[in-house]
Amino acid sequence: MTKLIGQRIKRNEDPRLLTGQALFVDDVNIPGMLHAAFLRSDYAHAYLRSIEVSAALNRPGVVAVITAQDMGDEWQPGPPLVSPPPTVKGVIFNSRTQVPLARDKVRHVGEPIALVIAENRYIAEDAVEDIDVDLDPIEAVVDLETALDRSAPLVHADLDSNLAAHLVQHRGDYAAARSEADLVIKRKIVIDRGAAAAMENRGIVADWDAKSEHLTVWDTTQAPIPIRNGLAQRLGLSVGQVRVIAPFMGGGFGPKMMMFYPEELLIPWVSMKLGRPVKWIEDRRENFYATTQERVQVHEAEMALNKHGRVLGVSHNFLHDSGAYDPYGLTIPLNTQSHVLGAYDIPNYYSDLKVVFTNKTLTTPIRGAGRPQGIFVVERLLDIAAKELGIDPVEIRMRNFIPPEAFPYEREIIDQAFAPLILDSGNYKPVLEKAAAMIGYERFVRDEGPRLRAEGRHVGIGIVTFIETTGVGPYEGARVTVEASGKIRVATGVGTQGQGHFTSFAQIVAEQLGVGIEDVHLVTGDTSDFHWGTGTFASRGAVVAGNAIYASTQVVREKILKLASKVLEAPEEELEIEAGQVRVADIPSLSISLGELALLANPLRGAVQPGTEPGLEATAYFGPQYGAAAFGVHAMILEVDPETMMVEIKRYVVVEDCGTILNPMILEGQIHGGVAMGIGNAYFEKLIYDENGQLLNASLADYLIPSAGEVPRIEVGHEETRSPLNPLGTKGAGEAGTIPVPALFAQALENALADLDIEILEMPLSPNRLFEILQKKEKEK
Amino acid sequence: MSDLHDVAVTVNGKKYHHAVEPRLLLSDFLRHDLRLTGTHVGCEHGVCGACTVLFDGQPVRSCLMFAIQANGHEIITVEGLGTREKLHPLQEAFWEAHGLQCGFCTPGILLTVVPFLESHPDPDENEIRQAISGNLCRCTGYQNIVDAIKLASEKMKT
Amino acid sequence: MKPAPFEYYAPRTVDEALSHLAEHGYDAKVLAGGQSLIPMMNFRLAQPSILIDLNNIAALSSIGVGENGDITIGAMTRHSQVEHDPLVAKYAPLVFETMPHIATSQVRNRGTFGGSIAHADPSAELVAVSVALDGRFHLRSQSGERWVPAKEFFLGMFATLLEPDELLVEAVLPSQPPRSGSALLELARRSHDFALVGVAAVVTLDGRNSCQDARIVFLSVGDRPVEAHKAAQVLIGQIPTTEALRAAAEVAAVEDVHPSSDIHATAAYRRHLVKVLTRRVLKLAFERASSNSD
Repeated sequence: MTKLIGQRIKRNEDPRLLTGQALFVDDVNIPGMLHAAFLRSDYAHAYLRSIEVSAALNRPGVVAVITAQDMGDEWQPGPPLVSPPPTVKGVIFNSRTQVPLARDKVRHVGEPIALVIAENRYIAEDAVEDIDVDLDPIEAVVDLETALDRSAPLVHADLDSNLAAHLVQHRGDYAAARSEADLVIKRKIVIDRGAAAAMENRGIVADWDAKSEHLTVWDTTQAPIPIRNGLAQRLGLSVGQVRVIAPFMGGGFGPKMMMFYPEELLIPWVSMKLGRPVKWIEDRRENFYATTQERVQVHEAEMALNKHGRVLGVSHNFLHDSGAYDPYGLTIPLNTQSHVLGAYDIPNYYSDLKVVFTNKTLTTPIRGAGRPQGIFVVERLLDIAAKELGIDPVEIRMRNFIPPEAFPYEREIIDQAFAPLILDSGNYKPVLEKAAAMIGYERFVRDEGPRLRAEGRHVGIGIVTFIETTGVGPYEGARVTVEASGKIRVATGVGTQGQGHFTSFAQIVAEQLGVGIEDVHLVTGDTSDFHWGTGTFASRGAVVAGNAIYASTQVVREKILKLASKVLEAPEEELEIEAGQVRVADIPSLSISLGELALLANPLRGAVQPGTEPGLEATAYFGPQYGAAAFGVHAMILEVDPETMMVEIKRYVVVEDCGTILNPMILEGQIHGGVAMGIGNAYFEKLIYDENGQLLNASLADYLIPSAGEVPRIEVGHEETRSPLNPLGTKGAGEAGTIPVPALFAQALENALADLDIEILEMPLSPNRLFEILQKKEKEK
Repeated sequence: MSDLHDVAVTVNGKKYHHAVEPRLLLSDFLRHDLRLTGTHVGCEHGVCGACTVLFDGQPVRSCLMFAIQANGHEIITVEGLGTREKLHPLQEAFWEAHGLQCGFCTPGILLTVVPFLESHPDPDENEIRQAISGNLCRCTGYQNIVDAIKLASEKMKT
Repeated sequence: MKPAPFEYYAPRTVDEALSHLAEHGYDAKVLAGGQSLIPMMNFRLAQPSILIDLNNIAALSSIGVGENGDITIGAMTRHSQVEHDPLVAKYAPLVFETMPHIATSQVRNRGTFGGSIAHADPSAELVAVSVALDGRFHLRSQSGERWVPAKEFFLGMFATLLEPDELLVEAVLPSQPPRSGSALLELARRSHDFALVGVAAVVTLDGRNSCQDARIVFLSVGDRPVEAHKAAQVLIGQIPTTEALRAAAEVAAVEDVHPSSDIHATAAYRRHLVKVLTRRVLKLAFERASSNSD
């Protein structure tokens, strides 16, 4: 068997993408297609008094204008996506989900109020301006910390506060640990808002064919199967009448996993009503309001340690900003809780979480999905403790790591999958040692750092560790088929947004079935090809779908050997599959091609034995017991210009351990991209809201995504601690690049400015903010 | 309602004659009127660079031009660079070096780089990063893109 | 983000363009490179009912040098042309140094010199540079023409002396006197972003190597380019020592500029950057003046 898993193989999908021949949603063109544009709220919080649409309807080229009124009984709030965890006692959860079109009230800037359908998007936008809407503004709830005050206006008037959820989790006895501690570090930590800002904005094309009673939808979704199921239910159709296609997508990063966006319900609905195909493509300005965001949390956090730097316990009360609605439940803050103990063996933990409604765009997972916040808190507290105790940052981490023999390690709290959090496997010390060696940690601390400082330069080093829970269930599935051509067709449900699934999955199949990777044709993201599964999120594609593909490939391989054994009249043990042929070992003339075998498996005469299936095909599902926990270390050397506060990253090192690697080239690409996003999250990207809930930087000119000049070269090292949870031994890695970066920046900046003795307890930062922190420190002296 | 204006434009060597509204953006004209959907639209305010095409040989943001302004001019889009059967060496280099993930920003980068490599046949890392600083990528972290361009410069020298 | 409808004219000569402007005046916007105007139109922040496209007027695109070393740049000359022109490199080194700082290469392929000046964004490098070089602009209308000094031209955010029927046709940038040096420094979050603060400086030394003249002009600290007169005064007659430069920078930050806060930078941080960048740009400019004097 030629080993393909673990090889750096070029991607199958690239020629299409490189030549502009790959279909993205906005490339879909159907005769008679109409175009949609939305009138969206300019206010963060207002009563919707009236809407006057006649001028818009009278504009030539306008076909329809829809308001909440026009939907009648079909107007319903969207279904909640993730319910609160039933397994946690005493959880309070007030479910309030987004609505298709605002009815009495608007709750965030950009909330849709009316839908215009016209011959083209230009006319549709003209007509949007024709609509006269009377919005009566109310005071907006913007600041997280005052949102729960008695005097705060209510985002949802039927509740008696802006509390969306309250949940307490604990492990052991933190109070007892605290009383025994030699040192308690207590800090307030603030993390602010960011956007995923994929290069492709969202879009939907819906085509209701009344004659065949069939609805086809192209959607930039990371979850075509649940979208299909939900649409069928909402629109009163059977699932067989709905086909959802997630074609090539220009990046997902989480928000395209959110469902149902108002547009996702409305566009198919209006296509059915009008009997014509309808296209809606989000523009970049809309994307800043209408696509979900993430990250705002405020933590009052504590860490209790003994004098050797052993962490005895962590406790934090934190607020999490849900935005105007909470369809995604507690996923993000549960991830925060799952990660605030980091990679460390911390026996005592207490967490009081309050989720709060605000008049801002809703928050749903964005790459990292709550994990970066947890890691930021624990790594910051640990760094501060290390300073106070005079222990080196690498050393203090070594002292606290979960040791390899402790796995599977039970955290004794509930995670986002509503199951007790168990870390499956890990071997952390070698990874940290490798990263430290790669960046020359000891040499820098001992020689280079002091030398540069003596020259008056502000160069600093940072090194942080993190875990990442990945590969959660419930399940994914795949169908593998050998075709008469000898090529292998694979169908699975997880869509792709650039992760290279077409190739990494093909490697799994090609290796098992002895074919070339170019002979494996993978289809994904089309519910007519495969319709059982959830989607691409939480770094689970490779783990869950990959293992489903592995499982179904195994069954096909067995079928191949069984049939070939009969045909070649040789025992199965003597057969091998290589280069698309099954042959008897050592007798090359006794062979049959896979294609011929496939034909024989589907005879036109004779009989298929009862209890067997025709063809060489198998469908299998994989659902992990629980998620696999990956681990990694990031290290960085940076220089700060203490006059301008501009930062230059001199070196960046990543060592990651995500178990078995399917394709190192693809994995490294994911790391590079994740780090770039992490750098954005740490030092460039911040969504700036004013006190009225207005987003002040809703453009790519003002929301600063790193460009090629801002991202350094990233050196990547690998360790492989297999996961015992799946046959491939693999763990997810899609979010790993992003998770520890803010914590790393904070440590490295403090180190670079060590003579100024600042403490960084917030993210994101900027040169301006660093200036203010330094000014404040100056004044205190 | 504005009058329609004539546009006679050569795209990828082929001549087109259309009558368009003055406000029709060149990006929309290429994608929807000419059905050349390889040029992508990411922002419509000239920042992301996904819509970059060659206009009389120079990289420009097609979202910041009106289609009528292309009257009498020549445009190259990604479809004019190469085909799946015969990739341009730059496209080959991107494939080998894993210089793309979702591929949305890629056409804009390819067209920015083609003239850059003509004037800088042996670029160093800094020059490459400067050259693509007007093309945002959210997937790759730029590293493999830089490597792909370096690889292409070597391929194209021979 | 599609623009609102407009009527479109594409004149082939300056006279045609002026005739359109005379007829439509207030209702019309002139379309030069479009790199600032079209984004505003796509956001519908600008909705001109008439657009006069200057891109077909070949006569407006030119770079020439007069006998006295003054450089003349036609309004429709693309930034990328100015960026690579050997005459500009030789006779207007400050402009030559500035060009790569303007946005990105793709934007520079369309953006024009005149467009940048007429748009009058206080964050535009050429706006500050034209004042630092004591440039002057040639304005024409159907009824006449006039020359306006750069330092009088910019009235406020996106506001200039241009009348609705007037067109900026060319800019003249005087050559620098002997023993002069110039420099531009700016600080931006990403290399192609608008500067948080930027400064252009032109300094001249006298026979004794003390400062004979200094012009220091800031971008991004107000609603128009801001000339640091007081800081310049501090320098004149002084040997440009480190201490003298520091003093001048201090004066510039405290007395010459009155920046405000916006989403990208606070007033305090801008003032601080003014101090830092002024010192650095003066050092560079004086070093160049010094080597130009050898």
